[in-house]
Amino acid sequence: MAEPKVQRRLRPWQTLPDGLRAYRAVLASRGRSQASYRASFRMDLVGAVLVGLIEFSEVWVLYSATDQIGGFTLAQILLVFGLADLAFSLADLVAGHCDNLPVYVRAGTLDVFFLRPQPVLAQLITSDLSLRRLARSLVGATALTAGLVLNDIDWSAGTVGLLVLALVCGFVIFSAQFVTAAGLQFFLINGSEMTNAFVYGGRYAATQPANVWPRALLVVFGAIFPVAFAAYLPVSTLLGAPGPAGLPTWVGWCAPVAALWAVVFAWLCWRWGLRHYRGAGG
Amino acid sequence: MNVIETEDLTRVFTGRPNRKDRFRRPRHVAVDGLSLTVEAGESVGYIGANGAGKSTTIKMLVGILVPTSGAVTTVGLHPLKQRRALARRVGVVFGQRSQLWWDLPVQESFSILSSIHSLPAADERVRTAELVEMLEMGEFLATPVRQLSLGQRMRAEVAAALLHRPELLILDEPTIGLDVLSKQRLREFLVAQRREHGTTLLLTTHDMGDVERLCDRILVVDHGSLAFDGTFDGLARTVGARRELVVDLAAASPDLVDLDGAEHVRSESGGLRQRLAFDPQRTTAARVLAAVSERVEVLDLSITEPDIEDVVREIYRATRR
Repeated sequence: MAEPKVQRRLRPWQTLPDGLRAYRAVLASRGRSQASYRASFRMDLVGAVLVGLIEFSEVWVLYSATDQIGGFTLAQILLVFGLADLAFSLADLVAGHCDNLPVYVRAGTLDVFFLRPQPVLAQLITSDLSLRRLARSLVGATALTAGLVLNDIDWSAGTVGLLVLALVCGFVIFSAQFVTAAGLQFFLINGSEMTNAFVYGGRYAATQPANVWPRALLVVFGAIFPVAFAAYLPVSTLLGAPGPAGLPTWVGWCAPVAALWAVVFAWLCWRWGLRHYRGAGG
Repeated sequence: MNVIETEDLTRVFTGRPNRKDRFRRPRHVAVDGLSLTVEAGESVGYIGANGAGKSTTIKMLVGILVPTSGAVTTVGLHPLKQRRALARRVGVVFGQRSQLWWDLPVQESFSILSSIHSLPAADERVRTAELVEMLEMGEFLATPVRQLSLGQRMRAEVAAALLHRPELLILDEPTIGLDVLSKQRLREFLVAQRREHGTTLLLTTHDMGDVERLCDRILVVDHGSLAFDGTFDGLARTVGARRELVVDLAAASPDLVDLDGAEHVRSESGGLRQRLAFDPQRTTAARVLAAVSERVEVLDLSITEPDIEDVVREIYRATRR
């Protein structure tokens, strides 16, 4: 008989370094394995940059037909696009594989996660790290930089703070969308069709000025999946531009509230989905 | 201490409503009021037909599935509420799904798993070296998992499940698809592992050899409830786990009946090949062969083990009477 181990209940902060060791080991191995397939990695990089450029060209085409959309000029929309796209691609880098959940379920990987002493969601998020998506974020970063140079920005600690806040919250909101998608896919057969609508649709919506959206889209992407807070609203506040009718100009500072909501919603969806998977009733 | 305790454990799966009957969801009782206890150090074979509820039971033991009703305790812990504590003390090998990283060398999977189980560096070295030696994994330690043969991968899977020295090792179909030699090696390792560390074993299998060589207790599950609980000898007595000696003869011969300790099953190819059943509890293959050789010239021979499906079917028949 093996020695019965005394299980002392540890506080979360006491287990943290050890917990991190596990995630670090998995992530480091992911990085190494991608580096070992160099040619494939380079192709992925090129592909990711191309996709980013195509997405940007959509914006470009729109503005070649008109000077302003929703009160935003091309220079101004560069800021919105850059911020949203950068936040999304970083979220995609960290959590993008979550909406591949059906693959994990079919391959039995998810069951294996249950056999390890870490939370299942934390294992899912750290199970992969797609470095090629770093290249994707270059497109967003370039657009953002261009937007910052081209616009007449009144630089202060406040504007810098707002930009950082928007980027962090945008990252959190988009990451939460991926987790939401994972949670819902426990229920839906071929659920990615539906979850793509708000994950990738949300990314697309976030790069546009939200005040041209129809009301239904405003509810979906302004409140339920609050991607409007990732770029459009903070940029409106930053530029002092006329935001959506009826909202104060400081609404861009509310991004953390939206991020918090997105996280809570994602957590609930995940819990609900996982309960369903284990058969505890929905 | 009881390593596994279940009481009236039940799991019902409800499907999606079908078109004919929109309001009733089809129900399937996978595990039905299962009560069993496994003590520390026991080695238990958990057998049954496909769909009898083996995998569902295992998933409830380790906290993947929630029981519909009833109670389950594994190594003294509640598998749902204490899943993470449980994971540190139980090792599981699913024959059909891998815990290794398919694109990484075996060695690296071990080192990640050591981190996952927070083994101290010194302990990790000792334990890995021990497992590598016992399971003879030295030659493929640097090979990516996807390039391993099935036998090699299975050894690596078993090692992966044992790195953190679990008290209980659960193996779901560990020898499926392995060749005779790989099976033999794996069984020998498990026997040694038990002897040295007192690890409790629970394994499901379709291989009678696994059960006979590894398990001192056998549970047969039928439609989610226990149909037999006892030793291999007890099982053999209940269903007569007979082996078959197949002999190819130099010349066609009439049926070899009235042999001492063996019974003629059937003849093939006009008497060139004959099948003789014998009970290994009462006689040996050598004695049967000797008896046959007295009468006819034997060219070739083989021995077939009883099929677990047959044994299970016999048990089902005996208990449903």
